Amino acid sequence: MGKYFDLLMKDVRLREGLKACMNCGVCTGVCPSAEFYDYDPRQIVNIVQSRNDEQIERLLRSDTLWHCGECMSCRPRCPRGNTPGYIIQALRTLSQQLGFFAESEKGRQQLLLKRVIGQHILDKGYCITPRLVAPEGHPEQGPVWEWAVTNDVNLYTRFSPNYRQAGEGALRDIDRESIAEINRIFEVTGGKEFFETIEKGCADYEAKQLA
Amino acid sequence: MKRSSWREYEKEIAHDHYYYARSCIRQNFFPGSETTFLRIMRDVLGKDIYDDPRHTSCTGIGYHTDIVPLDTTMAVVARQFALMTEAGYENMAVSCITSFGLYTEILETWHEFPETEARARENLRQATGREFRIPKNIAHTSDLIFHNREEIERQAVRRLVDAATGEPLKVVEHIGCHYAKIFPKSGIGGSEFPYVLAGMVEQWGGTVVDYPERRHCCGFGFRNYLVQANRGFSIANSRKKLESMAPYKPDMMVANCPGCAMFLDKWQYALAEMENTTYGADGRGIPVLTYEEMAGLVLGYDPWEMGMQMHQVDVEPLLDKLGVKYDSAAKFLGRGGKYIGAPKPVAVNSFSGDRLYRIKQ
Repeated sequence: MGKYFDLLMKDVRLREGLKACMNCGVCTGVCPSAEFYDYDPRQIVNIVQSRNDEQIERLLRSDTLWHCGECMSCRPRCPRGNTPGYIIQALRTLSQQLGFFAESEKGRQQLLLKRVIGQHILDKGYCITPRLVAPEGHPEQGPVWEWAVTNDVNLYTRFSPNYRQAGEGALRDIDRESIAEINRIFEVTGGKEFFETIEKGCADYEAKQLA
Repeated sequence: MKRSSWREYEKEIAHDHYYYARSCIRQNFFPGSETTFLRIMRDVLGKDIYDDPRHTSCTGIGYHTDIVPLDTTMAVVARQFALMTEAGYENMAVSCITSFGLYTEILETWHEFPETEARARENLRQATGREFRIPKNIAHTSDLIFHNREEIERQAVRRLVDAATGEPLKVVEHIGCHYAKIFPKSGIGGSEFPYVLAGMVEQWGGTVVDYPERRHCCGFGFRNYLVQANRGFSIANSRKKLESMAPYKPDMMVANCPGCAMFLDKWQYALAEMENTTYGADGRGIPVLTYEEMAGLVLGYDPWEMGMQMHQVDVEPLLDKLGVKYDSAAKFLGRGGKYIGAPKPVAVNSFSGDRLYRIKQ
């Protein structure tokens, strides 16, 4: 008992986020995810606080873990100074490190996020650029966005002359040495290894399904 | 609550000499706002602000979708601080709310857990050879416009009033969650009663709409928007806010977060298509502005030069109400004044087709 709790306590976000929950449920009351999903951050905090390995492992393998939007609305409202959002961040990191994330449909969405957002940071130095938000994948963005992306060079250069070119300004191309530095930071700090963990977790899950 | 408790939410903001950190989302959806911010800071306020081509994303969206580890994000942020230090600056002006929240959180974490700062320094040194000093002051760019709201008023050509009646415009202000919900003391007015946008609106003659869901999240929720299958979360939360504000018949919204300004605009289009509902008092959409666009209109800037043609909800009804003169033909001009075609009109636009919509009363 407490194996997973001990692993979680290595993450400063768990140490900062979990003081002593009294189960008042204020976090759930203000939580945008709790309104939309069958989701209750109070229960998550309570499970982690219980240090019960069986319950924590069930959480690490569940869809429930992936509902939080990390808005942190819970943080200023907790009368005991807990931050359920931090606890969830620590749980999500551990779920991926242990490969449990791939057992839930919501967890497997990490692969897409890694391949799209993660790769874009490494390649371009930005989380997103206009052509990544392709209108065919984003019908909700509407016709103005479609128009903006279709005419991106003509439109964006009106506000940023260096659009997709060297120099300063919005959506400039970031120089090669800066991109190389970001990649080295990802290597040194375990960011690339974490990306590989996500790939491997999903590949192992897929192999298990085919077996 | 004792009056003196508000002292906790008074924020120190540097007066000059800033290192500018751009925002991924703002560059995509509001590139003209970042340009307008620099124009106001330099041309109107005479401030020194450095726009560094070498800085990158803070990784914030990757961090809050839980694909980028905390140590990685800390080292990337440490690199931004190193670039600031090397350029001879001590004050950060941060364009993005996610970045602002992350910088604030990282500095607090380094203070609380010094071993994490030591690790970030070592990681940065190993990866780049760079060293950094911790910024003396970190402000969100909306803090800087708030800080200079009186000077902007002195140079204003108009106020936020109905040009025909002289009545103050009714403005919904929306504060990005990560501005002050993570560390209330980092935002003007804290997390419950943030004053950063309300202060601008009131200074420039408008009136602020207080409505039940004023502090509710716009619904970005990172993975809850970025993954297509989860987008119901995002639109449902924006809808909750729109339903709550519509009875007050706001003339406009203003937001200080890049994602919020975009979602509150774009989801109005999607809701009109999905539910035949529009939320503006005129039967169309409610225009959503960035605070730079609001400041720019007060200062007499051209709306198309500020990029307001990139909004899904047309801003023309608001411009007309304010008495702004604009060239309709210039709206869809690209580089070199060349016409680049116009987007298809839809229900939330001013001059659209013949569908009947349920208008919120």
